[in-house]
Amino acid sequence: MSWAAELTEVLGRENVITDPARLRTYECDGLTGYRVVPAMVVLPRSAAEVAAAVGVCARHGVPFVARGAGTGLSGGALPVADGIVISLQRLRRIVEVDPVNLRAVVEPGVTNLDISKAAAPYGLYYAPDPSSQQVCTIGGNVAENSGGAHCLKYGFTVNHVLAAEVVLADGTVTTLGGDSPQLPGYDLLGAFIGSEGTLGIVTQVTVRLLAKPAAVRTMVADFATVAGAGDAVTGIVAAGIVPAAIEMLDNLAIQAVAASTQSVYTLDTVAALVVELDGPPDDVAEQFEQVQEICRAHGCTKVLVAEDAEQRALIWTGRKAAFAAVGRISPDYFVQDGVVPRGRLAEVLGRIAAMADEAGVRVANVFHAGDGNLHPLVLYSEAAGEHDRAERLSTEIAELCVELGGSLSGEHGIGADKACSMPRMFGEDDLATMLRLRSAFDPGGLCNPGKVFPTPRLCGERPGRYRPHPLEEAGVIERL
Amino acid sequence: MVLTNGSFDAHRPPRRELLDDCVHCGFCLPSCPTYAVGGEEMDSPRGRIYLMDLAERGEIPLDRTMAGHIDSCLGCLACVTACPSGVQYDLLLEATRPQLERHVPRTRRDRLVRRAVFAVFPYPARMRVAALFGVLYRRLGLRALTHRLGIVDRLPAELRAAEGLLPPVKVRSLFRRLPARVAAVGERRLRVALLEGCAQRVLFGDVNAATARVLAAEGCEVVVPEGQRCCGALNLHAGLEDDAAARARRLIDTFEKAEADVVVANVAGCGSSMKEYDRLLADDPAYAERAARFAASVRDVTELLAELEPRAPRHPIQAKVAYHDACHLANAQRIRRQPRDLLRAVPGIELTDIAEAELCCGSAGIYNLVQPVAAEELGRRKAANIEAAAPDVIATANAGCLLQVRRFLGRDIPLVHPIEILDASIRGVPLERARR
Repeated sequence: MSWAAELTEVLGRENVITDPARLRTYECDGLTGYRVVPAMVVLPRSAAEVAAAVGVCARHGVPFVARGAGTGLSGGALPVADGIVISLQRLRRIVEVDPVNLRAVVEPGVTNLDISKAAAPYGLYYAPDPSSQQVCTIGGNVAENSGGAHCLKYGFTVNHVLAAEVVLADGTVTTLGGDSPQLPGYDLLGAFIGSEGTLGIVTQVTVRLLAKPAAVRTMVADFATVAGAGDAVTGIVAAGIVPAAIEMLDNLAIQAVAASTQSVYTLDTVAALVVELDGPPDDVAEQFEQVQEICRAHGCTKVLVAEDAEQRALIWTGRKAAFAAVGRISPDYFVQDGVVPRGRLAEVLGRIAAMADEAGVRVANVFHAGDGNLHPLVLYSEAAGEHDRAERLSTEIAELCVELGGSLSGEHGIGADKACSMPRMFGEDDLATMLRLRSAFDPGGLCNPGKVFPTPRLCGERPGRYRPHPLEEAGVIERL
Repeated sequence: MVLTNGSFDAHRPPRRELLDDCVHCGFCLPSCPTYAVGGEEMDSPRGRIYLMDLAERGEIPLDRTMAGHIDSCLGCLACVTACPSGVQYDLLLEATRPQLERHVPRTRRDRLVRRAVFAVFPYPARMRVAALFGVLYRRLGLRALTHRLGIVDRLPAELRAAEGLLPPVKVRSLFRRLPARVAAVGERRLRVALLEGCAQRVLFGDVNAATARVLAAEGCEVVVPEGQRCCGALNLHAGLEDDAAARARRLIDTFEKAEADVVVANVAGCGSSMKEYDRLLADDPAYAERAARFAASVRDVTELLAELEPRAPRHPIQAKVAYHDACHLANAQRIRRQPRDLLRAVPGIELTDIAEAELCCGSAGIYNLVQPVAAEELGRRKAANIEAAAPDVIATANAGCLLQVRRFLGRDIPLVHPIEILDASIRGVPLERARR
């Protein structure tokens, strides 16, 4: 029996998609610049069905790509031609909320925000908050080790996942991590989180829940220069204050937000910082004053303090919708995700502006300033033939971050988008070591192939004399 | 450059620049009822726009596959509310549906169901006959019998849905007519023309009566134009553009004679389609201007009352009320705050939130008749969410939602139009008596 027939038999006709038009709706995720039509999409309804589907793939050597809500911005869920997409959108059960042990057990298709909603009656919430939290799924969060505005204080997905049930590349189901906070042996759960779907598929996640902070205060501080805003960020952190979040928006981003929602941001300010503090009321009140002083010392022109929960929600709605809102001022865009050391924020923003001018492309900035995690949005028009120019600039910006001592990606993942830039950040030994880990989980290379690691097909064959592949050097593969 | 519409014909295809607004972020997904049910990309707003986009490029044909995914859309427009990029999915859907109606033949069964729906619902007289059958069916114990014998379970899903939606109405109320004119109480503030609706006037005559009373109490002279026919909402939302346009022209003719300041609707679906008349008749030189004027004068009754400083005193009603947003009010007309404010202004009323409030109840015009399976799942989900809030009363400003939610409620919770609560409060009578 062919693998397609076998999958159809195992999952049922109503849970597989083979029609060409339908398949095309799965050809890209949140990064539309890359598109590949899969051979089949399957929608399993349980972990057992995921395992069965993976088992069929393993037996027939069919590559597979897991997909959550398809909101990823690095092409992590980009399908493989002749491979299948395993959609986890039918695994959406909240299995358990355990307010005593402060944890929840959920299936991978549950959205990030729905975990917090389920925990809310107990005064608890799930801390990592990607901007797409209302739609992105916890399965995708685990795959990408997603962050969010509040990760400055609370850490990333990896700091909030206690255990994960996963389906390995051969179809085995196993659990990584466990109930105790500290387990002996290698941290395989840590390796799995952020592996971008290359080590297996998560089918159930146990997450840590936190008590909602007693007090929260939020402000928007306007600045006349980007450098002033950048220096204020450094000043706040240097003063020993750990805000829940420090976000920066530049003027172009503010304009996009204003075009999209009921905006509370000053339309003509050059840059704005959103600073949120949470914790015990007295501490928050004291530090809130301190932060305002620091902002003023760095040339802040205006401070808006959220008066109530509604106004705070407006500040965050604007910030979190910013990427999509950019659709109002540009038909297409690339989002970058590079990280720089906090002290070099002003410098990197200046250089990005200069590079954008030179390339003749607009760049909007809206990002997690406290982490130094940039999100430059390179605006372009596919119809006007600006794709290549924008993509080049986008890549240059990511590589600039590495050059300044930072990283290619803070939270979106490498995916298909930045795989070719990996050698800028890691030496061949590093990559070979990573590939050996990957091969230990997935010797056949069927789990989300073509992501994270550079491949000649993806990055273009470079002419010149023969250079051994990192895998060859590591002794994992042989040259025939 | 040659302009082509790909697989679409040249008559108002979905516009390229509207398709380009979508950046594929997926923020619409959790608001989409069909995506909530099935989790398939093609049955999400993002996926449907993708299909429209591919068709516009000529990369996929207009066929049953494509039509199936556009048909499955409830048109609830929750995605429009959710979209940060400002994608006008309402316009895209309205442009795509007539194209598919023209180019993709429906199955025999689908054709029959739709023909039957459109032959009955827009005609109050026929609707009355159908409702009369419904009353007899209940009175003679046939309903209990068919259910006991399991006959209902063996009916085709569409008929089963129609059977389940039949509300318990009284024969007397089927024939209730509104007076042609109701004088304003006290000094007249406005002259308003009331749309009676088709199913509305037959099944919810009480709501119309309450609407007229409340408007009058608030200083509006209410006229009910004679000979008013269907507004065409059902046709418009089903992609039957020509029929909808013909009905729009006739309704404009009828209402212009009333010379009112404002045209008032108390059915969300009707109000939203009348507000779209300007777009619907934009290409008709004889009507474009009149349609624009008419559309601008349309108000939902809750919208109008919120604009008027309250005049009639409100008497207390002690009740916990769950307000259910009708999609064509909340999303299509962006009216969310007004009905809530009106209800909150009644002393004693406690408003309660419903979980998954943004998710459509599955009524959606004729959707629960032509897509009964998905509609049933959504109806059950909505009813469960409402019951979890444990309200004394459920209020929603749309006839379709009232029928749909009632069908799936496990407990007997009174379902009313918000205007009925206001009416009872102004008259100072208990809600149950006001509805008699």
